[in-house]
Amino acid sequence: MSAGVLSRPTMGQRLLGPWSATVGFLRLLSKRPVGLIGFIGIVFFLLLAFVAPMFVPFQNDPSLVDIYQTPSQAHPLGTDFQGKDVLNQIVFGGRDILTVAILAALLSTVIAITFGSIAATVGGKVDSTILAITDVVLTLPKLILLIAVAAIVRPTSFVFLAVILGLIQWSSLLRQIRAQVLSLKERDYVEAARSLDLGLMHIVFREILPTMRSYIAIHFIFAMTDAMYAQIFIVFLGLVPVSGSNWGIMLYFAQGQGALFFRDSIWYILSPILAITLVQLSLVSFASALEDIFNPRLRGSA
Amino acid sequence: MTALIELDHISRTFETPAGVITAVDSVSLALGQGEAMCLVGESGCGKTTTGRLLTGLLRPSGGRLLYEGKDVWLTKGADLARFRRAVQLVHQDPYASLNPTRTVFQTLSAPLFRHKKASSGKQALSAVNELLTRVDLSPPENFIAKYPHQLSGGQRQRVAIARALTVDPKVIVADEAVSMVDVSIRVSLLNLLLALAKEFSVTIVLITHDLAVARYFASRGRIGVMYLGRMVELADTEALVTDPAHPYSAALIAAIPEADPDITRSKTRVELRSAEIPSLLSLPPGCTFHPRCPLAEAGLCDVLVPELLPIPGAREVACHVAVRERTSERAVVTA
Amino acid sequence: MPVLSVRDLSIDYITRRGPVHAVRDVSFELEKSETLAIIGESGSGKTTLAVGLIRLSPRGAKVTGGQILYTKNGLTTDVRTLDDDDLREYRWAEAAMVFQAALNSFNPVITIWEQFNDTARAHGMKDRHKVRDRADELLDLVHLDAKRVLPAFPHELSGGMKQRVLIALALMLEPQLIILDEPTTALDILTQRSIIDLLRQLREKLGFSMIFISHDLSIAAELADRMITMYAGRVVEEANVDDMFYRPRHPYSVGLLRAVPRVSGVLGSVASIPGSPPDLMRLPIGCSYAPRCPYAIDACRAADPPLVPVDTPRHEAACIRWKHVAEVLGSNAEVPVTEKLA
Repeated sequence: MSAGVLSRPTMGQRLLGPWSATVGFLRLLSKRPVGLIGFIGIVFFLLLAFVAPMFVPFQNDPSLVDIYQTPSQAHPLGTDFQGKDVLNQIVFGGRDILTVAILAALLSTVIAITFGSIAATVGGKVDSTILAITDVVLTLPKLILLIAVAAIVRPTSFVFLAVILGLIQWSSLLRQIRAQVLSLKERDYVEAARSLDLGLMHIVFREILPTMRSYIAIHFIFAMTDAMYAQIFIVFLGLVPVSGSNWGIMLYFAQGQGALFFRDSIWYILSPILAITLVQLSLVSFASALEDIFNPRLRGSA
Repeated sequence: MTALIELDHISRTFETPAGVITAVDSVSLALGQGEAMCLVGESGCGKTTTGRLLTGLLRPSGGRLLYEGKDVWLTKGADLARFRRAVQLVHQDPYASLNPTRTVFQTLSAPLFRHKKASSGKQALSAVNELLTRVDLSPPENFIAKYPHQLSGGQRQRVAIARALTVDPKVIVADEAVSMVDVSIRVSLLNLLLALAKEFSVTIVLITHDLAVARYFASRGRIGVMYLGRMVELADTEALVTDPAHPYSAALIAAIPEADPDITRSKTRVELRSAEIPSLLSLPPGCTFHPRCPLAEAGLCDVLVPELLPIPGAREVACHVAVRERTSERAVVTA
Repeated sequence: MPVLSVRDLSIDYITRRGPVHAVRDVSFELEKSETLAIIGESGSGKTTLAVGLIRLSPRGAKVTGGQILYTKNGLTTDVRTLDDDDLREYRWAEAAMVFQAALNSFNPVITIWEQFNDTARAHGMKDRHKVRDRADELLDLVHLDAKRVLPAFPHELSGGMKQRVLIALALMLEPQLIILDEPTTALDILTQRSIIDLLRQLREKLGFSMIFISHDLSIAAELADRMITMYAGRVVEEANVDDMFYRPRHPYSVGLLRAVPRVSGVLGSVASIPGSPPDLMRLPIGCSYAPRCPYAIDACRAADPPLVPVDTPRHEAACIRWKHVAEVLGSNAEVPVTEKLA
């Protein structure tokens, strides 16, 4: 009896068993309204940006007749300076921005975790070298660097842009991860793992990093928001070829075409702003619940 | 009796911004298989550092750590790995000794998988159940899927002991392992450790500042008293408690409050010359205890560092006066 | 007239999952210059009770019933009814608390002198010179060198020195009652000895009443006149110190005494109490100790036993089988429990 009943949840915990873990996660989330709302927001925007474009036809034909129409049934968010539907552009405009944001955050987080942990666990010259490089990068002004790199390299593909953003962002997170690992390294249970000869990989990935899960997730989320802002920024400055349409490009044109000054065109400029803001808000709200969820002690108390 | 594990004039210094601290100064200790002994002393005496030196988690600054006759810090590879597993540490704080994000099963099965003592979930499950039963966490099903915060302090210590047992150690160093546990269950944890020593011939070194706990645990073994980094007395427990040879041991035993009003209110204290404990940064010359010692003799105790020497009764003491008095006593008796 | 008379005091902690009954219907009396030891382990409610006596309970704690009657110069007041100003006067001038030195009881970024000054100012002593004189006097009382201690930061002092400073701070306004929380826990043996001797000395010199809470029976054996053992929030036994140690009547007291090994004398039979303390949010019906009690019968699980007088004067135990316990322990009146049960 015990082998069957017990090995399922424990094996499930070990492998983050898909179904039971997801259900458990949602149940915990439902007890934290702010986090739940954030989660719903994230899911909504992910669907909007990645799934909706598969079902909605892309409207790319300018229609001079319909310039700056106010919201109506045909155009729920109005039209832009070329008469194109704003809502359609919002639907199609999230994909690139969110993809780049996720990739950039992923890259910087992976670099920070890998090298931060190595620096902290190995110590010595390896640590000093990594720290020295990190400190140099840390002191470089990010936005100026971004502008300079974007101007020189002129990234055409968004993946390329993600890589650049990711490579600029990792330094402060690395320092923080290193500091956390250094302190966690001294914990009794880590010492026990060393004494039991469980190996460096196990110690880093199963003893230390799991206790930093919420920390890492929260940083990932903020790295995403940073990446989103960075993208808007360089598009706004015209450093990236302005082709296709995403929320940043919408803002670029809106501002350039003076959409700010006409009452009828206000939705053209507001829509991307709202979209970006709501994504940010959802991410941050969701992050606020993560700390609780990842801490087994707080999980039990609703 | 050949020693299983031995400290041979081992020392450990630390560099601090304020200077060099000698935490452990030339300590020698030989332990046999299945022995249950206690290291006692007050804070700063070096007992915790000695414990860490025993487990090989700390590198000595001088002297040797011998396991099965071989110098551990000169061994490499498979031999060193064998030593690492042979000596395990049980920590003091039950709230910090287990990873809060892992269940009891995960914590106990990791070393089993790593050292190939189990190769499937089912094997690991039965091995973990057996371990939990061995440390009196019965029925094991109640504990397997729990997280540390769902267990009491005493239960956590048992899991920590079970974890140490996963690698079949020959030596367990328990560093104040019962100090943070409720009084009413301390003894059961001590009994568990004693049972392990007896049944599985595991050598257990209990480090504690509580002499009463030491007396109970090592009642059939030895106690080593440490002061400011040196071992000042090493003797069988009953001999130490009834007739302490070193004036510091005598002061400790006389000073302990006892859970018995008649005894404790009528105990005669040993008056020490000073209540100040010297800083480890500037130790007194000669015997480090001499500024406080009622038996200190000028010209001897403040000049010459006393070695840990054998005296009659199969015990050792590091005190010029005690060695002199006791060996001459014996000489008089046998004359 | 007793200095402090606590009647049916109950304190709950309000948590998201429901109320935790940390202290349940506790009553006791403390005479002038008497020393009372409240002994219990984790979850017994002793710390909650101690801070509750001077209304220093943390935010989530709520007193749900009872009275705390304090008497001075023939005038009795219920501490629960004091308003903020009177309460501030009560605290420290009448009843002062000595916290556990090991547990960060000091502000780490100010010197000991500033600590004295802050405390003095908070209670109306504004003249720095007077405060300085008083600080010198107090530190002298606790055998510390004021010149060395006052300019120091807390981390520069040893555990024993910190505990002495806390005692000195408590004596600042010459209170009638001193409450000490685990005064010797986490201290070395020789330091413990010096603190115990110091408390004894101060008590003789200044004549205050003392309540100390601890899990350590030996400090009670040293200093207490009377003792209370607490379990799961209730008082389970109250007696004078000799009766408690040699003639205990509640199985928990017996179990506790039996669980503590001794250094001097015969080792005796030492044994732990099986099981663990109950969850204070899900207390069993009937006696909370019954699940662990070797003498429990069905009647014990029916209703929570009240405190009843037993066979020695001023001695009460919350156990319906106290007579049986007395028989088991036999008539050997002055011998400790560990030897009687050997």
